[in-house]
Amino acid sequence: MLIRRAADIASSEITSETHYVNRRDFLSAAGVAGFAALALPHAAFASAAFASAAQDPPPVGRPFGLQKDDKPTPWMDVTTYNNFYEFGTDKADPAENAKAFKARPWTVAVEGLVKKPASYQLEDFLKPSAIEDRIYRHRCVEAWSMIIPWRGIPLADVLKRAEPLPGATFVEFTTLFDPKRMPGQQRAVLQWPYTEGLRLDEAMHPLALLATGVYGRTLPNQNGAPIRLVVPWKYGFKGIKSIVKIRLTDRMPPTAWNIAAPSEYGFYSNVNPEVDHPRWSQAKERRIGEFLKRPTLLFNGYADQVASLYSGMDLRKNY
Amino acid sequence: MLLIVASCVPAAVGLGAMGSDILGGTRFFGSNPIKEGEHFLGEWTLRFLVATLAVTPLRALLGWNWLARHRRTMGLFAFSYLMLHWLTYALLDVQLDWADLIKDLMKRPYIMVGMGGLVLMVPLVLTSTRNSIRRLGGKRWNRVHQLVYAVGVLGVVHFWLAVKKDIEDPLIFASIFVALYAWRIWKWRQKRTMRAAATRYLRRGTR
Repeated sequence: MLIRRAADIASSEITSETHYVNRRDFLSAAGVAGFAALALPHAAFASAAFASAAQDPPPVGRPFGLQKDDKPTPWMDVTTYNNFYEFGTDKADPAENAKAFKARPWTVAVEGLVKKPASYQLEDFLKPSAIEDRIYRHRCVEAWSMIIPWRGIPLADVLKRAEPLPGATFVEFTTLFDPKRMPGQQRAVLQWPYTEGLRLDEAMHPLALLATGVYGRTLPNQNGAPIRLVVPWKYGFKGIKSIVKIRLTDRMPPTAWNIAAPSEYGFYSNVNPEVDHPRWSQAKERRIGEFLKRPTLLFNGYADQVASLYSGMDLRKNY
Repeated sequence: MLLIVASCVPAAVGLGAMGSDILGGTRFFGSNPIKEGEHFLGEWTLRFLVATLAVTPLRALLGWNWLARHRRTMGLFAFSYLMLHWLTYALLDVQLDWADLIKDLMKRPYIMVGMGGLVLMVPLVLTSTRNSIRRLGGKRWNRVHQLVYAVGVLGVVHFWLAVKKDIEDPLIFASIFVALYAWRIWKWRQKRTMRAAATRYLRRGTR
């Protein structure tokens, strides 16, 4: 007979007394939200419309490159405002459509120009590295931004372990392709599976992270579970989600958004306030949760750490 | 009256939600209320344009002649939503940064197209009174108000150019506009052939 151990119930699943008592308030609020949901497509989550940051898990981690007034973006925004076209093109779609997605078991293959190509179970893939919590700035190409407490392992760890061959100059990443589990892939909005790429020296940079969590918790499906790339000095779409393959190559790999609109999304896609998107300015950004716009920083505020990777390059041409 | 109240509902809901999200920290419009609210009002502009342009075909096809009275109302609401959409863009999104507004207008095709549609609507609003019809004369007034077809095209093109990749929603609007225009073109050609036939018949008659 299978007896469920008490430890199997995560403390996060236990209804706290305040929540329990507040249930009535919540339900009446949900009624109002439900009414609004009839008219507003994005108020579909009654609870989300009224969520307050007071219920957020506390942000954990060491800040990297944060400015004085950079405060972590509330959990609710980080987990309901997502671009993850594999689960739909609206910002609220991924949180809704990825609910049933099973991110485990999961295999990640490291292959191509490496001495030790291998396919790993996710647990074995992560085990050799120390998990770190890091708070990064996040800048979407659509001119909004967040401050996100990620949890993960340095990408360089994984690459070093595979021992790149001398000819390897680029890294190609591939998302899972499974239209049944990722319903967004049933429509040809982008070329599936989503692929992304970095130059090997970019990939080896200590800021490049393979994230497996946010806010000290396991990565929610809508954020790219179980493992995704985070490159904080580049636009958000470079952070490929639900990775199944990491391949080292000697050629600049094709990348999903570059294939879709080559004049708008380059291979590098470094955050740069001077280089506009053809259809909008990148000089400013709206921090989610704030009213006034902020100026966008070169390399998203990580210029001191990463600018040397691009010395001598024309950033306008290599957008 | 009921129609006017109903037409105000989306504006009230949209502005209320945006205000509550910005000032009260709710998330009716999700995490980026200014952008979402801007899009919401823009889409309602297109809906009212569709309603305006649907009046004539619906009268002809279904005999709903009572709609005729409401065509101007729908048109004026289309313009009102367009103004709210533009104000959201200028005041809340660009936050009245004139340099940015001008740069957008000079550099970005979708802004040019959208502004073109807005500008073309102004003469329609100014000549929307009964007095103007009298002053201009029915024929000339009709000619001026054919501008609405250009406004429809510009509105859809603006929407199409503005979306990042998923063109499903602009495509839906585009097909509706195409249907509304196609009906008119068909009607117009039918009228032309009938007129030609009539002329031929009359000529033969006088011979």
